[in-house]
Amino acid sequence: MAIVDNRLSKEQYEQNFANIRPPFENKTAAVVEANRCLFCYDAPCTKSCPTHIDVPKFIKQITTDNIKGSAHTIFVSNIFGAGCSKVCPVEKLCEGACVYNLLEEEPIQIARLQQYATAKALENNWQLFQRKPSLGTKVAIVGAGPAGLSCAHVLSREGVDVTIFEKEAKGGGLMTYGIAAYKVTPQFCEDEVNYITAIGGIEIKYNQELGKNLSLADLQKNYDAVYLGIGVGIARNLDIPGEDLEGVVDAIGFIYDIRDKGYSSVPVGDKVAVIGMGMTAIDAATQAKRLGAKEVTMVYRRTQEEMPCTEFELNIAKLDGCEIIWLAAPKEVKGETGKVKSLVCSVMKLGEPDASGRRSPVDTGETFSLEVDMVIKAAGQVPFEGLMEELKIQNSKGKMVIDENCSTNIKGVFAGGDAVNGGKEVVDAVEDGKSGAMAILEYLGVA
Amino acid sequence: MANISSSFLGIKSPNPYWLASAPPTDKIYNVKRALDAGWGGVVWKTLGSQIKNVSSRYSAVDYNGTKVMGLNNIELISDRPLHLNLQEIREIVKEYPDRAMIVSLMADNNRESWHELIKQTEDTGAHGIELNFGCPHGMTERGMGATVGQDPEIACTVVEWVMEAATIPVITKLTPNVHSVVPTGRSVVKAGSNGLSLINTIQSVTGVDLDTLVPNPYVAGKSVFGGYCGPAVKPIALKMLTTIAQDDVTNKVPISGIGGISTWKDAVEFLLLGASNVQVCTAVMKHGFRIIDDLCEGLNNWMDEKGFKTLNDFIGKSVPTLTHWEDLDINYHHIAKINQDKCIHCGLCYIACEDAAHQSINLEYGKPYNTYTVKVEECVGCNLCKLLCPVDNCITMEEHRVAPEYLNWTEFQKRGLPLNDH
Ligand SMILES: Cc1cc2nc3c(=O)[nH]c(=O)nc-3n(C[C@H](O)[C@H](O)[C@H](O)COP(=O)(O)OP(=O)(O)OC[C@H]3O[C@@H](n4cnc5c(N)ncnc54)[C@H](O)[C@@H]3O)c2cc1C
Ligand SMILES: Cc1cc2nc3c(=O)[nH]c(=O)nc-3n(C[C@H](O)[C@H](O)[C@H](O)COP(=O)(O)O)c2cc1C
Ligand code: SF4
Ligand code: SF4
Ligand code: SF4
Repeated sequence: MAIVDNRLSKEQYEQNFANIRPPFENKTAAVVEANRCLFCYDAPCTKSCPTHIDVPKFIKQITTDNIKGSAHTIFVSNIFGAGCSKVCPVEKLCEGACVYNLLEEEPIQIARLQQYATAKALENNWQLFQRKPSLGTKVAIVGAGPAGLSCAHVLSREGVDVTIFEKEAKGGGLMTYGIAAYKVTPQFCEDEVNYITAIGGIEIKYNQELGKNLSLADLQKNYDAVYLGIGVGIARNLDIPGEDLEGVVDAIGFIYDIRDKGYSSVPVGDKVAVIGMGMTAIDAATQAKRLGAKEVTMVYRRTQEEMPCTEFELNIAKLDGCEIIWLAAPKEVKGETGKVKSLVCSVMKLGEPDASGRRSPVDTGETFSLEVDMVIKAAGQVPFEGLMEELKIQNSKGKMVIDENCSTNIKGVFAGGDAVNGGKEVVDAVEDGKSGAMAILEYLGVA
Repeated sequence: MANISSSFLGIKSPNPYWLASAPPTDKIYNVKRALDAGWGGVVWKTLGSQIKNVSSRYSAVDYNGTKVMGLNNIELISDRPLHLNLQEIREIVKEYPDRAMIVSLMADNNRESWHELIKQTEDTGAHGIELNFGCPHGMTERGMGATVGQDPEIACTVVEWVMEAATIPVITKLTPNVHSVVPTGRSVVKAGSNGLSLINTIQSVTGVDLDTLVPNPYVAGKSVFGGYCGPAVKPIALKMLTTIAQDDVTNKVPISGIGGISTWKDAVEFLLLGASNVQVCTAVMKHGFRIIDDLCEGLNNWMDEKGFKTLNDFIGKSVPTLTHWEDLDINYHHIAKINQDKCIHCGLCYIACEDAAHQSINLEYGKPYNTYTVKVEECVGCNLCKLLCPVDNCITMEEHRVAPEYLNWTEFQKRGLPLNDH
């Protein structure tokens, strides 16, 4: 048993990481599906999209051969419409609400249709928005993730000059560094960021980290307003013995490496345990398997009833051959010569409902042990609590607290996205960016 | 099992389905395939003087992803040599004695030509003749086809010539490119035509190509008006059929119904409105001869369900129900009802009634599903919502008579009853 990289051939990697939501291969296929859409009024799908894309309208526009119009309908509500069409957990959003579900029929493939229209826009670089002449107003945005870029695009459309400060060397945030490689490719993320910034009036300065080589005071001084879209930080510690053994890694770092270094350079164990049952845990487990791990076991403290991931995501893990052990809480990672040998888990049972309304797991006192050589921790992420304290921004366990105008407790400093909600989806961050921009325009008196 | 065999002017066929005069009936090869597949008979592609066709020839109207809701063509009569057609017809008549063989004719516009063509046709042993007075393109410019059918007097003259020579039944096929098919229909019946058939194709432009800016079908940068047929024309054909079935001159002869028939249900509707049999073209051009199976089986099952033993039990049965507006019962009223268990909350009924009817549907906001209910006092019973609802039987119309007795418009006015009830 060992943790090694380069387990598979190039072809195998490519096959394993092939797009999980493949595009329609041709116009006919897209139009057949588009024609199934009933063109609902006050459509449930639109209401269930956090950015409120006018779904029936953009689908209808595919059937009328007005693909430019269709892409515009999508982007006007969601400038990450292309990325969202690949990464949104649609089964709990638009497609989950499609009226076809009520007929016990497959819902309209909204995401794939959205991908059809937006891919054409990106391929042909259709610039569908005209930026208003510069107002001379300047806004600083920290974080080039979905929240920051969405905010930037709305501001730029209105003639505001935007500068984005990003700590990494690439834009896109977790879209680029977090999301599973079988949903988006690095090239796609780069193209999407370029497409968004092509409107003009948006400059991204890379390798600029707030709290390190960048200060909030300077931003406040040099800009008319500041927007913080910095997302959430590193994985939560498990606080169990053995966590520092070689072979215990955090899911975000593991996924970051897959996206950053390429498949063959990411080492993975023979037998891998993944702790947690959120989207990140699923992504870590499925990608460990796809990198060539022989056995992947997911352990979760509660049951399927309480799991944070969707049924659809769980099925991806199951189809990939990941084992799932419910009601198992990690107790200790055991090692030999500093390397992981096994994971000891407590057997849990469900007790009374907790604050979140979910029945909380209680230790039965029994334990079992899993032979593993790698443990991936995906038990949740932690917001930047230290940084918030340093910047004197009111927060709840690191999550920034904002008012109904997206403003923090510091005047002229706005925030949104994962940094505020603690970690939701790309589409939520995009919506936050939009409302943040509207609030800033109001604050600047240019709306 | 019901008996679906048919007799039209004494011409027998095992079912009431004939193939209309068109490409599917233009040579022995197709016609054999058709009769082997089970078609009751054929009306052979129109014969006349030798002509030449152009390329391309067809165009279509698609609707919401469904191909060929309507078909348009600029073809002329048969472009194959007359003697070859006649020889093939003779062979078929011999080989398939239980099927109907009607030959469609369009001779040059003089007595001798008609007499000669009829003689040659009868020599083949064919059972009947159909006069093509309907073709709306190409032949009209030569004073034939629709030119004849559009003018009752010319039509009368030609039928008189025909009847001088014909010894087998003669059916006159009417053109729909007139304000009413009745005048020509009367005229040819008076001149001796033994039966009528309708409709031929309707003049049309199916669309314009948005790249070349030339209408379809395209012929070297130009186009012409073409004849429209297929499912799109069925409602027009049914209306024209009914006027022929209601007129007391034309309803004395049997009618062969044509125009947009694709399913057994369409066929039943034609029979109910007075056709004794039906002819099909576009549906076969779209799907091939194999559709005959369901055309027969569906008809048979329906007749069994309704207790009809033969076609004559229901031919023309719906004709008297098409009346004049003044005779409708104003006291009849029905109101839409939404079955909340079936409703999928698509809102289509709401937006249609709100924007285009009578603002009679209430929207109660919900996330993500709104609740829609009918405002009983407001609903005029127009049917719009029911027509649009995507769920089978979700919206039903419930009878709420204004008063028990029959009351028509004339009587209503006489009594000076109030007008603006909505
Ligand atoms: C493993 C994983 C898988 C996921 N899968 C999905 C999925 O399939 N579908 C989906 O919709 N969502 C998914 N998400 C969630 C989604 O990625 C986030 O909700 C979304 O990216 C949040 O956008 P954001 O702009 O708020 O934050 P981020 O995307 O995190 O962007 C924040 C940006 O700020 C930068 N930054 C941070 N701190 C500083 C600083 N101090 N100074 C300067 N820059 C800074 C970061 O480098 C980053 O570029 C996933 C998340 C994870 C972790
Ligand atoms: C390509 C084509 C050629 C036709 N040629 C003739 C013809 O030669 N003689 C004729 O009487 N009708 C002709 N018709 C009309 C059909 O016989 C029929 O009346 C018409 O298509 C309506 O029926 P449908 O809706 O079932 O197609 C033709 C129709 C088509 C589509
Ligand atoms: S709910 Fe479904 S059918 Fe209705 S508009 Fe949305 S995608 Fe189309
Ligand atoms: S029947 Fe007509 S008026 Fe009545 S609810 Fe339906 S659409 Fe409205
Ligand atoms: S059209 Fe039918 S299914 Fe749709 S909301 Fe109305 S009643 Fe319900």
